[in-house]
Amino acid sequence: MNLLYFFIWSLLKVIVVTVVMLLGVAYTVLLERKLVGRIQNRWGPSRVGPFGLLQPLVDGAKSFLKEDIIPTAVYKPLYLLAPMIALGCALISIAVVPFGDPGIAVSGFRLFQISDVNIGLLVILGITSIGVYGVALAGWSSNNKYSLLGSLRSSAQLVSYELALGLSLVGVVLRAGSLNLRVIVESQASKGLLTWNIFGGLQIFAFFIYLMAAYAETNRSPFDLPEAESELTAGYHTEYSSMKFAMFFMAEYANMITVGCVATMLFLGGWTSPLGNILPTPQNIVLRSLLPIFWFVLKVFSFLFLYVWVRGTLPRFRYDQLMNFGWRYLLPLAILNIVGTSLWLAYK
Amino acid sequence: MHLILFLLFAGLCLAGAINLLLQSHPINSALSLIVVMTSLAVLYLLLGAEFLAAAQVIVYAGAVMVLFTFVIMLLNAGREERTLGSRAARTVGFPAVVVILAILATVILHIQGLGAATMQDGITSTEDLSTILFTKLLLPFEVTSVLILIAILGAVALARRGDGDTERLAGK
Amino acid sequence: MNPAPLQLAAHGIPLAWYLLLSAALFSLGVIGFLIKRNVITVFMSIELMLNAVNLTFVTFAHQWHAVKGQIFVFFVMMVAAAEAAVGLAIIIAIFRARATLAVDRIDLMKL
Repeated sequence: MNLLYFFIWSLLKVIVVTVVMLLGVAYTVLLERKLVGRIQNRWGPSRVGPFGLLQPLVDGAKSFLKEDIIPTAVYKPLYLLAPMIALGCALISIAVVPFGDPGIAVSGFRLFQISDVNIGLLVILGITSIGVYGVALAGWSSNNKYSLLGSLRSSAQLVSYELALGLSLVGVVLRAGSLNLRVIVESQASKGLLTWNIFGGLQIFAFFIYLMAAYAETNRSPFDLPEAESELTAGYHTEYSSMKFAMFFMAEYANMITVGCVATMLFLGGWTSPLGNILPTPQNIVLRSLLPIFWFVLKVFSFLFLYVWVRGTLPRFRYDQLMNFGWRYLLPLAILNIVGTSLWLAYK
Repeated sequence: MHLILFLLFAGLCLAGAINLLLQSHPINSALSLIVVMTSLAVLYLLLGAEFLAAAQVIVYAGAVMVLFTFVIMLLNAGREERTLGSRAARTVGFPAVVVILAILATVILHIQGLGAATMQDGITSTEDLSTILFTKLLLPFEVTSVLILIAILGAVALARRGDGDTERLAGK
Repeated sequence: MNPAPLQLAAHGIPLAWYLLLSAALFSLGVIGFLIKRNVITVFMSIELMLNAVNLTFVTFAHQWHAVKGQIFVFFVMMVAAAEAAVGLAIIIAIFRARATLAVDRIDLMKL
């Protein structure tokens, strides 16, 4: 029964990946708190467990145990739906990401990618664009002026920066000639660091455009206007408490991880080794399957590190500056990058 | 498999479309339209049009409908008042809709040689689509881009007009 | 399980079903256009009709194994996006001038 095997394998992969993803989210929060602490010359969480390593679990337990308040004036169906949309969309997009060598398969089922889709990149972009509704509906249904302002800002910001984000990826797609994430990764594999899109592919401008647009897409500092605490209390999730707040929180960090995965796959060579073929491929099957995952996690981790570093360093933009920057600089630069890449490819 | 997926998402489509009519608050209607559009994307996928499925989600569900919800939120559109339309709509419109639907249904059911869709059907790859788009249909494609440019300019001009404050702010 | 669904599972879904679905969606769009009183919802009904037509195009593209049907859908999407931008801008302009979204109240050619 082929279909049954397919379902069992897929279910298994989905469960494992979701659990790993949620753990990753929890520890990204810890990473951020630790790093920002160091940047601000303090320790960060250090009491629970060795080096504060158990802090995420305690935080999770805390948000479970908090009283779940639903304000009386909210529009209830959408108020309850919004965090689910946010978290759901944030978790689904990992499904098309190949995070290990796809050659390693058990009886035809790839172990390190939930599904290998021809249009993987578009799937990620599509799911991210659906994720806007979580934020927009949360703000609208809360019936609170700060929430509404936050969600209006957020939807305008996401729609504007999605253009620059999408266009910055076109150069990479042109080089790889495919929208399949596995093919894009494999197209950068041959000489390690030298053939990564960011260096050998001359997509370094695209990388920085992507970086900035992605920061705006995930509502992270310096573009965290939708939840700017000094002007909007907490922006779109002002009225949310307990687990529903935690869902928004987790969605934000899951989105960061997804963005990191996309950057890794498209610009930094994905699961391939930065040393290329200098190191011989290990014969041991365990080593051969774990090494790509190690490289992948390392790259995503350094991307997350950059995220936190930027958050600890840069002040917040003003809203008109944000819009100007997106439309006047990022978008034209992204278009120039496409023109440049296609001219270069045509010349070659 | 195909049957289950088709029934599920066709059902979702119809339920969403009916809900669009029944809801009196525009934001609920907008959300049901989003359900319709995403389910249509799955149906496109079942018909082997994978690029269109992605474009449907990105363009319709992710951009056009975000614009709709944004406008609903911005104008704080409340519940609509039910007046059930003009007399012309009631006396001519509904019978006409029923007649059109009946005619369409009979014609569709009488078409000979209409094929079937299965899971094994080939998928139209993005390469096939773009090859034709950028060779045979290059002129329409470019004309569309001009159209979009005009639409952007028109939207900006319309949204700005008649409001002195925004005019002054923009001039500064 | 009775034999009919099994047969369907083996031979696939008749494309007529897709066409019927699209016809139903189109009719629902027309009805929405007739009974809804809010400009934004009326506009949404138009989008619903466009989507229904798109489904027909994709179905026929599948029937004739022709890519051009799909490309037509692509163009419809582009035009719909442009139309939505302009249409919503017009709606905002109307709301500024008349402070209402009910189509019954918007009955003058000029202010």
